[in-house]
Amino acid sequence: MIHLKFEKRLEQSRYSFVGVLVLSIVLALLFGALLLAYAGANPFVAYAEMAKSAFYSDWKETLVKATPLIFTGLSVTVAFRMRFWNIGAEGQLVVGGLAAAGAALFLPEIVTLPESPWVWIPIMMTASILAGALWALIPALLKAFLGVNEIITTLMFNYIAIFYYQFLYTDAWKDPAGRGFPGSARIPSFTKLPRFTGRVHLGIVIAVIAAILIWVIMSKTRQGYEFRLIGENPTAARYAGVNLFRNIILVMILSGGMAGLAGFSEISGVSFKLQQGLAVGYGFTGIIVAWLARLNPFGVILVALLLAGLLVGGDELQMSMQLPAAVGEVLQGMILLFVLGADIFTRYRLRVVQPPVALTSGD
Amino acid sequence: MPDTSAPIAVEMRGITKRFPGVLANHKVDFAVRVGEIHALLGENGAGKSTLMSVLCGLYQQDEGKILLAQKRELSPVQIHSPSDAFDLGIGMIHQHFKLIPTQTVAENMILGLKDTPFNLQMTAIENRIRDLADRYRLEVDPRAYIWQLSVGERQRVEILKVLYRGANILILDEPTAVLTPQEADELGAVMRNMASEGKALIFISHKLDEIMAFADRVTVLRSGENVATVEVSNSSKTELAQLMVGRPVLFTIEKPPSQLGDVVVAMEKVSALNDKGLPALDNVSLEIRSGEIVGIAGVAGNGQRELAEVVTGLRPTTTGRITIRNRDMTHQPPYQFIQQGVAHVPGDRLGMGLAGNLPVSDNMIMKSYNREPISSGIFLRNQMIRTFAQNLVKAFQVLTPNLETPARNLSGGNQQKAILAREITAGKNLTKGDEPPFLVTVYPTRGLDVGAIETVRRELLEQRAQGVAILLISEQLDELLALSDRIAVLHGGEIMGIVDAAEADIEHLGLMMAGELHI
Amino acid sequence: MNADLIISILSIALVAGTSLVFATIGEIITERSGILNLGVEGIMIMGAVIGFAAAFHSESAWIGVVVAMLVGGLLGFVHAFLTITLRAEQVVTGLALTIMGTGLASFLGQELGPEGGALVGLTGPRFTEISIPILSEIPIIGPIVFNQDILVYLMYVVVIAATYFLYHTRSGLHLRAIGESPQTADAMGVDVFRLRYLYTIVGGMLIGLGGAHLSLAYTPGWSENLTGGRGWIVIALVIFASWNPWRAVVGALLFGGVNAIQFRMQASSTDIAIPATLLNMMPYLLTVVIAVLTTWMQRFNKLIGAPAALGLPYNREERH
Repeated sequence: MIHLKFEKRLEQSRYSFVGVLVLSIVLALLFGALLLAYAGANPFVAYAEMAKSAFYSDWKETLVKATPLIFTGLSVTVAFRMRFWNIGAEGQLVVGGLAAAGAALFLPEIVTLPESPWVWIPIMMTASILAGALWALIPALLKAFLGVNEIITTLMFNYIAIFYYQFLYTDAWKDPAGRGFPGSARIPSFTKLPRFTGRVHLGIVIAVIAAILIWVIMSKTRQGYEFRLIGENPTAARYAGVNLFRNIILVMILSGGMAGLAGFSEISGVSFKLQQGLAVGYGFTGIIVAWLARLNPFGVILVALLLAGLLVGGDELQMSMQLPAAVGEVLQGMILLFVLGADIFTRYRLRVVQPPVALTSGD
Repeated sequence: MPDTSAPIAVEMRGITKRFPGVLANHKVDFAVRVGEIHALLGENGAGKSTLMSVLCGLYQQDEGKILLAQKRELSPVQIHSPSDAFDLGIGMIHQHFKLIPTQTVAENMILGLKDTPFNLQMTAIENRIRDLADRYRLEVDPRAYIWQLSVGERQRVEILKVLYRGANILILDEPTAVLTPQEADELGAVMRNMASEGKALIFISHKLDEIMAFADRVTVLRSGENVATVEVSNSSKTELAQLMVGRPVLFTIEKPPSQLGDVVVAMEKVSALNDKGLPALDNVSLEIRSGEIVGIAGVAGNGQRELAEVVTGLRPTTTGRITIRNRDMTHQPPYQFIQQGVAHVPGDRLGMGLAGNLPVSDNMIMKSYNREPISSGIFLRNQMIRTFAQNLVKAFQVLTPNLETPARNLSGGNQQKAILAREITAGKNLTKGDEPPFLVTVYPTRGLDVGAIETVRRELLEQRAQGVAILLISEQLDELLALSDRIAVLHGGEIMGIVDAAEADIEHLGLMMAGELHI
Repeated sequence: MNADLIISILSIALVAGTSLVFATIGEIITERSGILNLGVEGIMIMGAVIGFAAAFHSESAWIGVVVAMLVGGLLGFVHAFLTITLRAEQVVTGLALTIMGTGLASFLGQELGPEGGALVGLTGPRFTEISIPILSEIPIIGPIVFNQDILVYLMYVVVIAATYFLYHTRSGLHLRAIGESPQTADAMGVDVFRLRYLYTIVGGMLIGLGGAHLSLAYTPGWSENLTGGRGWIVIALVIFASWNPWRAVVGALLFGGVNAIQFRMQASSTDIAIPATLLNMMPYLLTVVIAVLTTWMQRFNKLIGAPAALGLPYNREERH
């Protein structure tokens, strides 16, 4: 009998993960083809439709959807680098959106400032960063001081944020002039992000700048070194004199702040008011983005574009072929699962082992 | 006397085992007779543990075969897993006990046993354990939880466990490493008792005295190969040592007289808790002077780790005072200790001393990343990091393919050299050379080969000559005697006495380690 | 409050908590073996949708239950294969299962109906209350405990069986050992690899059963987002229960109770004016509070903490 066994590679191959990603996408597409065929569609036609929509006819929408994904992908990247399992990007995005909308809707009545985007955009950004950071800070404090499992707290905070946001747009902040439709009033024009073409707005540029900033922090600064050290070996980090509490709190402020910006860019660049559709899963997709990008900030940009394309393509399937839009989500999940499974080949090599001597058992 | 014509109990022929990048065993032949205590001697890394792991099914050999006496005849067997080994009557008593702390002695005893009934009848099992314990004189309470037991008791459980499974071939992996000299003697008697009951015992060790005292025959492994199998009665310590190392060995190391300076570190009645929240250090008072090595002797688990963590700021103290060069450091964070030039070579290299997956360069700057010239403001200076790491690697002869290699991939000796390089340099840099730094080393030579051990020991003496105050925690009395100026013995978190190394008596140290003597 | 109201609330609490009990015990079994499966939410929702579809087409609720358990077992197998054989990161693999499961359930909900249509809004077979003679007449306890659907009775059996299995059988001893110290268990001849597979699959089956109870008994039928985060609450309940099946019941009933009170308050919103959206927050807030309190308590007792090797991969020949 011959069997296979994994052997650890002494040197990791540098670009093998690109191969893994491509392979995973192909396998996920094959799996998706089965689903599409089951739903009565020709998979080739469906995929062609998706690709055409995502990267040709609706490429602008792809950029629009990639914007929040870059932010949430960065949010997760920062936290996961330190092995802090922040699953709460969704909730942090929502409170970031709430803060941005709140600032745009109510602040102009309270303070008199020039009605210029140059003034108001930074104010909203600050508000959403602070809100996202604060929302992430509570689980961080619970983790740092009491050791409470952050997966649970960050997740539950998603639900709490989402229900609160529902309460606001259906009740407290509901526009009386909205003819009964749930949703807040529109934000003033000087609080909107300028648009380039279609719905593509300045948010994508801010997202790319954020990615560069995160890259610099992570790989060029002392702070990034401390994050790295904690992520690899918290005991060694403490031994090196690193203050763990301070870092947990810092990383969550950074992570929450990034997710908060995603909420800001959705409010200020896309919807212009608080309404249904802010919490559509960008926070969770951010986890996929970050992991597929191997927690590399520049990789996040590329993967966000790819996954945004899948979302746009999924919507197209629903509109033109009456297929469930969830195909896009399923494909995302499948790609992640395949990447997780195939990742072993970048760390291990597969070796065919033959048993030492062919012997029969003693008796 | 053992019967030299007794039948073979188990034989290994031409065993070869490879790990990525390492040839751990190469064509090893090895045989044990019924009723014999057969020692397996070799340095760390000589392949002793690997060979025995093959025999007890933890590893699969790449080549070679195993023959076992079955119905008075040697026949080849396949051992794919530890449970195969148990079925064949082979049991291993591991150096790191294979016991589950949250379960009872009895539960541990039946773990993995196939003939235990599905519905557990603990009373019957407990009675059987008591019988067995009486027969082999291995006292233990079957209902006690493992975490409640002392190290010596845990070892008894380990031995009982193997006997409970009806093993005829017992492998003991460095069983005396965790025992006091007196306890080790008792173990010798238990082993002799088992051999006379017809068991075959394999006794892994690198301590020559024990082998001369307990074993009938000895097989010496070197670099994964069998160099010789000899009768102990026809051999000598010197011959065995030479076989083990491959060259004549000096049993002593030159130690110049000490040049004592001012007190660098002083602990006054310090107490602390362990990770479980139980008292681990009890009113420890100790002073270490510049140019002095103070050794800490004791059986593992008597507060050594906690002591090292307390004097480096990693573990909070409950009472007492710690001063470094007369500066009160009690309740200061680790960072402040580092700033005072406290360097620390921890016992657990990959657990604490290194971030295994990070490159060597990142590991080299662990104690200096937040200072000029490694960083400037909030930014790291990559060119400086490279130069700094390169210099350390060169000065301490750390063998690494390059600076980007993950630290995990270095050999144990090179990992240790890398840590030493970093710590010694950091200590010097932080005190700017005008004040003596303080170096804490925990089990600094554990798991290293002879060459690396010599390098490390020489380096410690060199630091001593330069006026560094050194706290040396070791489980090897010969190492403590060779390097220390004074030796303090820890038992149950208490210092049982501090003696001058030059006048120390092993018998006395042993009694203090066992808590029988307090001076 | 009168006795009838209390009985009614407790009765709803029990049925609302049943799916949580199944899933929590499933996850306890998996985590006891050392594998952290964060895919509970995805597995539950898959069990709910496929269980309902199978019951609908076969016109048998029991077939729905069996299919849901098979689906749960299959997803458990996927988790086991990825994390044990392919050594993928356990946390992220579980999240991926949840993301994939949620998407797939939503897809299937629109495809598994009659003639490839949607399942939403359909009525299928369901488990209804069965009154146990004599026992159900015991005052107060009777109508609460012994007037429930058959899956609730099955839940009683599962709780007792799981407890007995874990603490009084050879296999239970092995299960506790592989999560506490796989190295030790392996050296003692316990097949860690095989058992971790087994218990991840068994755990998945129980989680699938929990999903089926939602769509076949508690809130019969299928709607998008039917589980509504219950899978995540399960993760918290496991910690609350200190990996002990009995305590899982207590926690699940607590959550069921919150659900029941929520029901009541929404039904009679005339006197207490709390918006539904804020009421819906309660279980999640409670989860956070419980997670904090339990962690606080477990700090003082290491013995009731998590299995020591939870979430850590085990590979026999890997040298550190």
